[in-house]
Amino acid sequence: MRDFWKNALRDLGKIGVAYIIITVGTWLVFMILIPQLIMFDYSLRPMLALRDIGGPKDVWTLKNYIVFFTNKLHMAIFFKTIWSSFIVTLVALAICYPIAFYLAKVVRGAKVGLLMLGLIIPYWINELLRLFAWQLILADSGILNQLLILLGIIVDPINFRAGNGAVILGMTYAYILFMVFPIYNVMESLDRNQLDAARDLGASWLRIHRRIVMPHAKPGIAVGCTMTFMLAAGTVAAPQLLGSPSSFWFTQVINTNFECANWNQGAAYATVLMLLCMIFMFIMLKIFKVGLKELTQ
Amino acid sequence: MGQDVEIADVSMRFGDFYAARDINVHIEAGEFFSFLGPSGCGKTTLLRLVSGFMDPTKGQIKIGGKDMIGIGSNNRPTAMIFQNLALFPLMTVMENIGFGLEVRGVPKVERIKKVEELIELVDLFGTGERFVSELSGGQMQRVAIARALAVNPAVLLLDEPLSALDLKLRHHMRAELRNIQRRTGVTFIYITHDQTEALTMSDRVGVMSIGKLEQVAVPDIIYNNPATAFVASFVGETNRLQGTISSIDGEYAVLNTASGPFSCKNPQRMSKGEEGTIFIRPETVFMTKESNASNLLACGIQNLSFEGAYAVVTLKTEQGQLLTMRLNNDGTAPRIKADENVNVTFNRENAFVLKSGDSSSA
Repeated sequence: MRDFWKNALRDLGKIGVAYIIITVGTWLVFMILIPQLIMFDYSLRPMLALRDIGGPKDVWTLKNYIVFFTNKLHMAIFFKTIWSSFIVTLVALAICYPIAFYLAKVVRGAKVGLLMLGLIIPYWINELLRLFAWQLILADSGILNQLLILLGIIVDPINFRAGNGAVILGMTYAYILFMVFPIYNVMESLDRNQLDAARDLGASWLRIHRRIVMPHAKPGIAVGCTMTFMLAAGTVAAPQLLGSPSSFWFTQVINTNFECANWNQGAAYATVLMLLCMIFMFIMLKIFKVGLKELTQ
Repeated sequence: MGQDVEIADVSMRFGDFYAARDINVHIEAGEFFSFLGPSGCGKTTLLRLVSGFMDPTKGQIKIGGKDMIGIGSNNRPTAMIFQNLALFPLMTVMENIGFGLEVRGVPKVERIKKVEELIELVDLFGTGERFVSELSGGQMQRVAIARALAVNPAVLLLDEPLSALDLKLRHHMRAELRNIQRRTGVTFIYITHDQTEALTMSDRVGVMSIGKLEQVAVPDIIYNNPATAFVASFVGETNRLQGTISSIDGEYAVLNTASGPFSCKNPQRMSKGEEGTIFIRPETVFMTKESNASNLLACGIQNLSFEGAYAVVTLKTEQGQLLTMRLNNDGTAPRIKADENVNVTFNRENAFVLKSGDSSSA
């Protein structure tokens, strides 16, 4: 540890070290630690009228968490959110893995840039607007229904937004980049000769992917999956805009709590969701046998 | 056992560029055949055509008499050793070697037995459980060889696999490769830009210039009787004298050069009046006291460089032509010093005139 500081001082100078400590420290303390602690504190206190705050009723309690575990509906929504986020992650992975492989190992030269641009362009538009676009496509009198009616495939418009389908579709679309880029990055570093060598030894494409490409892309897949899962579990926009009452998301429950001024309950729910995301991340790392260190590569 | 490889009228075009043009060669079963050429001459392209990573624009490739066009690399009786070896870093040595067998669905017990045999063949005892990143350069080489041999290929394709090794290890691996080739009887097609490698290991060598196969012959013919100016300049050191043929004398020709008339062999049967270049190997140039010997060159010694077993002498003729002479350190060569004047000569048996052609690209 002393060597670490010594080296840092030598390489960066006093001002450099001070700058890094101040910036990183500010970020850690003010943007991560304090907000989380405040949230955590809120979650452990009962909702009180303004005059009772700081009074004898203002004590630490697990009541808010107990509410969650006893409210069957909220529990159901919670698990449905996990399950749906999981599906979003799987669908995104299924779509993005081939895209990433194609970009990293099949096309070459200027085409890569063009395709990348194609992937990024939709992200120049705000996420809300992109979701509104999906709303226009999927609405009862939307483009998709009109097209299907025009082609004579259906007579009456289909309600695409019933159930979770539309939300999962919108989210998958919204988070594709977060899945493509980490996988693309690791695949890029895979030596093409290894694919040729495996092919030359008689391997089918399926086996090449199972034995060579996937093991190599593991860290990228793990990062992509964790990011997509967390974004899906944590977003409120997509279910709000594309969902129906039957596809209520856990974030919407949290949101409602805050809107109804029950910040304490909302904070407890948010903490539960955060814990879940952390658990998911560690499970992913375990499954893919990726260390935290590799994640940052 | 090895199979023969027939490359017939093969051309490979990338856009407007011919990486290989009208290549014709028949490689015998069990032969150690090398393609020798400078980088960018298309030898790797040729290897990839044989291995099936791509199909030629034109022509035919047959292995063991069977047409290979349209058959992918996974279904050809070939195995390739890549320039960077392309070992699988996330697998152990055993898994690497056994990969081809695993792909073929060989049961585990049998697989392990075969892998152990190969480990013995390439002398890799005790490394089976290690990852390739934990091996030395020579060991990695052996893993690559074993991995390729595991699938019992009829033809082994080697793309300059020794180029990354240090000199000593390279020498060792050359002998070893040759040895493994003899023991297994597999046809080896070896790609290299290193002429010593090609000459020492191969049964036959094919010399390539840009996309073109210049000559196919056994190593000593390549060196002593190069068919084209390109081969003469690319393989080995050589002196060049340019001139015009003034007379023909059976197998021999006399050329008028800036340094005078010289007699030499005329393998291309060039005729009187044609322009050509005489090629003379440095080791066939020698000093003479006779002032009226034929093929005489009066020179000043520019530089002497002592290399141990021999000395390399740089000479300059009165006309400014530079020549290199090699003197063996066997006690017979007279002592000479820089700036002395000497007469040198060469036997007409040891020199040959060839059409000038594209020797400059070598």
